[in-house]
Amino acid sequence: MSLDTAYADRRGSNRLGHTVELAGLALTAVFAVLALLFVVVDWLRFGGGPAGAAATGIFDQYIAAGAVLDTVLGTRVFESPGTIRVVMTGVLIGIVGPLVGTFLVHRQMALIGETLAHTAFAGVAVGVVVAGLTGIAGTRDQLVFIAFIVSAVAALGLQRLTEYTDSYGDVPIAIVLTGSFAVGTLLISMFRDRLAIGIDIEGFLFGQFAIVTVEGTRMVAVLTVAVVALVVVNYKQFLFITFDEQAARVARLNVRGYNSLLIVMTAVVVVGAMQILGVILVAGLLVIPAAAASQLGRNFRETLYLSVLFGQLSVLGGLFIALVGSLPGGGSIIVVAIGCYIAAVAVSDRSAGQLSIH
Amino acid sequence: MSTAVEVEGVTFAYGETVAVEDVSLRVAEGDFLGLIGPNGSGKTTLLHLMIGLKQPDAGTVRLFGKPAAAFEDGERIGYVSQRATDRSRSMPVSVREAVLMGRFPHVGHSRPGPADHDLVDEALERVDIADLAQRPIGKLSGGQRQRTFIARALAAEADLLALDEPTVGVDADSRTDFYDLLDELNEQGITIILIEHDVDILTEHVDCIACLNRKLYHHGDTVSFLESDAIADAYGSTGKIVTHDHP
Repeated sequence: MSLDTAYADRRGSNRLGHTVELAGLALTAVFAVLALLFVVVDWLRFGGGPAGAAATGIFDQYIAAGAVLDTVLGTRVFESPGTIRVVMTGVLIGIVGPLVGTFLVHRQMALIGETLAHTAFAGVAVGVVVAGLTGIAGTRDQLVFIAFIVSAVAALGLQRLTEYTDSYGDVPIAIVLTGSFAVGTLLISMFRDRLAIGIDIEGFLFGQFAIVTVEGTRMVAVLTVAVVALVVVNYKQFLFITFDEQAARVARLNVRGYNSLLIVMTAVVVVGAMQILGVILVAGLLVIPAAAASQLGRNFRETLYLSVLFGQLSVLGGLFIALVGSLPGGGSIIVVAIGCYIAAVAVSDRSAGQLSIH
Repeated sequence: MSTAVEVEGVTFAYGETVAVEDVSLRVAEGDFLGLIGPNGSGKTTLLHLMIGLKQPDAGTVRLFGKPAAAFEDGERIGYVSQRATDRSRSMPVSVREAVLMGRFPHVGHSRPGPADHDLVDEALERVDIADLAQRPIGKLSGGQRQRTFIARALAAEADLLALDEPTVGVDADSRTDFYDLLDELNEQGITIILIEHDVDILTEHVDCIACLNRKLYHHGDTVSFLESDAIADAYGSTGKIVTHDHP
C-alpha cells in the first residue's frame, strides 16, 4: 500500500524525532523540578532556622545561575529574583496549559479557555469589591486567589449551561465571555478607589511580570502538581470521553463528573497563567501548542507530550525575547507559539484545516 | 434464551415532539436485530433508550435483566455512533489506542496490563486490521475505521453491539465485508442491534426486524417483515426508501 511505503520512508526521520522528543521531555522534567524546588526555597528562606539557611543557600544558587546568564548575554535581568520567579512560573504554566489544552482542543472547546479567562477577570473584580467593602488590604495575591474561586465556580456554571443547551455553542460562550468582562470593568472602576493598592487593569489584561508574586508562584506550583496528578490518574477517562463521549457514556463512565473536573482544571490553569499572559492572551497557551502538536502526533499520548514541549518552547522562548528585549511577555509567548504552529504545519503531512473540520 | 434488551411501553419526547411512542420489544441474546424506518422516525432515539443513553418518559427498559438506568456493566455494550466517526477524523489517535479504550472500563484507573494488550491484539486480528495498529485513525478508510470501532467493542468483551448506521460513507465492497464480519460475530453469540436504512442489506443479514416510525409498525423475523405491509405503513405514501430492483 502506498501509504505504508510512505510510513516506512518516514521511519528514519521518526526515530530522530522520537529521540528529540524524549530529550525534550527529560529537559522539561528537569525544568519542572527546578521550578518546584525554587518555589519551595523561595518560601522556606524566610522561615529562619537551619531550613531557612539551607533554602537561602539554594536560592543564591539560582541568583548566581541568573547572573551567569546575564554575563553571557550582557544583560542585567536574569539575576533578579523577580525575573527568576517569572521564568519558573512560566515553566510550570508551560506544562499545565498545553496539558489541559490538548483535551480542550479535541473536544472543540478551544474558546472555553478564553471565556474562563474573562470570568477570571470578573473574579479579580469581585476581589476588588470584597476588599473595598471589607476594608482588607486587597493585595494582588488575594485578588488572584478570589479569581481562582470565581473562575472555578463560573466554569461549573458554564458547564451546566452548555449541558442545558446541549452544545458548547458560540452564543452562550459569547454571552458569558463579554458579560463577565463587562461586569469586571464596571466593578473595578466603581471600587478601585477604596483599595490601598492601585489596581492596574492593564496588568491583568495583558499580563505583567510585576504581578507575579511569591504567593502567586506558590499557587501556580500547587495547581501544577494537582493538575498533572489529576491528568495522570484520569488520563484514560479523559481520553475516552474526548474521543467518543457517547461511547464513554454507554461504557458507564461518569462523563459529567470528568467534564466538570476538566473544566475546573482549565479554570485554575487559566488564572495561574493569566498572571504572565494576561486575560486576553492566556487561551493561546492552552490552544496553540496543542494545535501544533496535533499536526505531528501519531497517537494521542505523543500529541500530549509534544504539546507540553511546544508549550515549554513557547514560554521559555517568549519570556527570553520579552526579558532581553523589554517587550510584553504575553505577546512574545503567543508569537513564539504561533511560530511553532506554523513550523509544525510546514513539516506535517496533514492539512491544517483538518482540525477545524467536524 | 435469556433476554439482552427488553423494552416495555416506552415513550420518549423531545419537548413537545414525541419521537418514540409506546414501543415494546424484546431482543434475545444472540439476536441480530435490524431497526428500520424513515428519517426522523426515532430509530436512533430508540437505540439510545435501549442502551441507557436516554431515559424514557414512560415505560421501562431492561438491559440483561437490570433496569437500563441502573445497569453498571457498561463494557458489555459496544456502541458505534455516527458522531464517533466524525470526531475520529481530526483527533490524533492511533488505531491501537482507540481499540485499547475498550479495556478502559475494565481497568478503571490502573494501567492496562499484558492481558488487556493481548485482548487488543486479538481484537485487531479478529477484524483484520492488525497491520494498521500504529496508524492514526484519521488516515483510515471508512470501512477500516468502522472495523476499529468493532475491534474496540471486541476488546471490551462486549456481548451486545449497538450500531447506528455504521456503513454510511463506506464503499460497497468494504460494506459487504463489514456485514460479513457482523454475521460471523453474531454466529459466535454476540447480540447485535443495527440501524440501517438500506432494506436489502438489512434483510440479507439480520434475522429480526423492527420497523419504526414513532410507533412500532412491525417486530418479527425477516420473512414476516417482508410479507407484511409494515414498510408501506411506516413510510407512508410520501416516504422515501432505498430499495434495489433485483429479484
